Amino acid sequence: MVVLNAVIEAAGLEKTYPARDRGGTPFRAVAGIGLRVERGEAFGFLGPNGAGKSSTMRMLGGVSAPTAGTLRILGLDPAAHGRRVRARLGVVPQDDSLDVHLTVRENLLVYGRYFGLSRKAVRERAGELLEFARLTEKADERVEHLSGGMRRRLTIARALINDPEILLLDEPTTGLDPQARHVLWDRLFRLKQDGVTLILTTHYMDEAEQLCDRLVIMDKGLIADEGSPRELIERHITREVLELRFPPGEHEQVAVKLGRDGLPEPERLEVLPDRLLWYAEDGETALARATAAGVQPITALVRRATLEDVFLRLTGRSLTD
Amino acid sequence: MFRALHYWLYRYRRTWRGTIVISVANPLLFLLAIGAGLGALVRGSVDGVSYLEFFAPGLLAAAAFQNAFVDGGFAVTSASRRERIYPTAAATPLEPGEIFGGHLLFITLRLALSAAAFVLVMALFGLVSGPGVAVAVVGAATLTGLALAAPLAAWAVTVRDIPQLNTVFRFGMMPLYLFSGTFFSVAQLPGPIRAVVQVMPLWHGVDLCRTLALGTAALGPSLLHLGYLAGLVVAGVLAGRVTFRRCLHT
Amino acid sequence: MTPTLPRAGGAHLLVVRNLWVHKGGSPWTMALFSVFEPVLYLLAIGVGIGGLVGQVPGVEVPYAAYIAPALLATAVMNSALEETGQSAYAKLAFDRFYHSLIVTPMTVGGVVAGEVLWGMLRGLITGAGFLVVIAAFGLVQSPWILLAVPAGLLIGFAFGAASLAATGYMRGWHDFQYVQLVMLPMFLFATTFYPVTVYPPVIRVLVETLPLYHAIELVRGLALGRLAPGLLLNAAYLIVFGALFLVWARRRWAWLLAS
Repeated sequence: MVVLNAVIEAAGLEKTYPARDRGGTPFRAVAGIGLRVERGEAFGFLGPNGAGKSSTMRMLGGVSAPTAGTLRILGLDPAAHGRRVRARLGVVPQDDSLDVHLTVRENLLVYGRYFGLSRKAVRERAGELLEFARLTEKADERVEHLSGGMRRRLTIARALINDPEILLLDEPTTGLDPQARHVLWDRLFRLKQDGVTLILTTHYMDEAEQLCDRLVIMDKGLIADEGSPRELIERHITREVLELRFPPGEHEQVAVKLGRDGLPEPERLEVLPDRLLWYAEDGETALARATAAGVQPITALVRRATLEDVFLRLTGRSLTD
Repeated sequence: MFRALHYWLYRYRRTWRGTIVISVANPLLFLLAIGAGLGALVRGSVDGVSYLEFFAPGLLAAAAFQNAFVDGGFAVTSASRRERIYPTAAATPLEPGEIFGGHLLFITLRLALSAAAFVLVMALFGLVSGPGVAVAVVGAATLTGLALAAPLAAWAVTVRDIPQLNTVFRFGMMPLYLFSGTFFSVAQLPGPIRAVVQVMPLWHGVDLCRTLALGTAALGPSLLHLGYLAGLVVAGVLAGRVTFRRCLHT
Repeated sequence: MTPTLPRAGGAHLLVVRNLWVHKGGSPWTMALFSVFEPVLYLLAIGVGIGGLVGQVPGVEVPYAAYIAPALLATAVMNSALEETGQSAYAKLAFDRFYHSLIVTPMTVGGVVAGEVLWGMLRGLITGAGFLVVIAAFGLVQSPWILLAVPAGLLIGFAFGAASLAATGYMRGWHDFQYVQLVMLPMFLFATTFYPVTVYPPVIRVLVETLPLYHAIELVRGLALGRLAPGLLLNAAYLIVFGALFLVWARRRWAWLLAS
């Protein structure tokens, strides 16, 4: 028997921000979501900007009270036990918000004290974490001199200072170059292996596929679907995608020509402003059929379907909109 | 150059309320509290006139000088670094010299406006004897401000960040503001300090404004003041053309 | 592992952090910086204009000795304002420093109390520095002036709390000009340079409601050795004023940091 041990349970969770100006309308960022995260899981929120991911994360972090719904973090109600909850969490905010007036090591030392840890305990832990974040050589440099990737690694190290049971990461690799992203992913993998529960938001498909055991797709404050990356792809779309490009304005016309409405299940055609997507089990065969129909694209590309395609299918919009 | 000026005028339409606080309210409060308030406690006369009559034109020059520091110092560094207004403008066909000139024109306008507002209040206190005097005093105050603003801007464009200017303001401007004959006659200062003060541009501005306002201006000293202040403006403009080019076209 | 949560919302930890940031500089350089401007005023107005001023009604001491305590109170106030005003605003809006605090077991109340405490500490250093200046100028009139330094803690408390509350409403740097617009007239008219008795009764009542008036009365009373029950009233005013604004600041900042 598998013993499930939920670290986060939420039902009907809502967050509405009051209107900024008199006469303005209140903004409902999260419109009622339910979720359950098990201990040791890597759980992701995927969605475009404004989907409600960050608002959800702030509620999970115990700093923003839900407007409605129930929330249990580590079995506690954060509204009543905010400090005790926060003492067991690690938070990696989107904008780092490191203490720019201090050095790398001092950032860890000072931050650890905020958790009520003793000076000695913090000093030992800081040494380990510098090693973990590969920042030992930079320990005595001021934070302003660090690269973006180093800053983010320091932010993660800082979030780990209290040995948290859950690590919350808001868009951990946004704004980093590809190499820095891979270094970061590697560190997060290790944490996962050590049994830390990871909860992250992202609008990168590859990141979600790399890191998450399970994820929810969010759109307009709601959860559109939930599952492992593979499950979601299998549930909603085909294995491969054929991308066809034509001169601007011709895509709609070509879609009709290819018999959009008469395609066999589960095949599907999707018209985007700049290209045409043909979802098919075998992309090459689809391409052959297109050529046979007398269609001459500027470029044609066969690729594996990704979460981006799932998102498009579920919301009718592209993630990067 | 006028296109660059146009930018600052456009911007000013949105921000004038905030800046008017510093440039006009500030000296007026000093005039009221020190000139009228404390001045009432002063026995007899200073240099043959009442303390308020003595203080007001000096404060006018000092206020112009202070405004010049805000506009020619803080605003310039901010435009070149934090707000990146200069670098943005420099990417257009505008030449660095025009960017500098445009901003300096705007500063001149602001200095003149603040001085005019102050002189208006002086007139309400009965401290201005006629329109001719008013115009002369506004001109003198504007020139005083410009004698600081032009060279200061030439330097400020090279400054990395605001805190450096804060230090100069606190340790350079404040002593000048308080000791250049503004609040009391430099004759009260010990000899060596007086000599230092009299080399500083603000004292020339204060003396020029004061003698014009009191009708005691003599040709010789006035020409000396004018020449000195104008010389600083010219030197500042020449230096600024070089530093702006160096900082904006690298 | 169950770490014990920091007491008092972690207010003292924020003070420790601020000390850490300043650990390179000595308190005396800090004081020198804050004391420079009031010393100039002391020279220009106390000595310069003081030479022109005759017997001021209600002032039996040299004019410079009369305004020195007022300048001390103002300098203490300005030190607290610096930390809880522009400095706190930069940490709030640009460094997002406070946002990184509230995800820890620190509380908003702890953060607010910590910054006010820090402002008080800065004021204390400035007050001690200016006292040395007053002594060096030979303007000490009474040994009670030593108590002006702890009295500065009340001044730092009152103005630190009020300024932190105000900082919670700033929309940008330009808004600090409005703070100036309040502070400058207060500095000029709150009996810094002449006694309240020179004002007509209506204005006099107005001046007596200003917090800086009470700060100056308190410090001046001690400095000149004029101990009277009124000083307790001045102290009480500052405590109540500070406490009200502390509550206000806490509410405002809780809202700010949660949204």
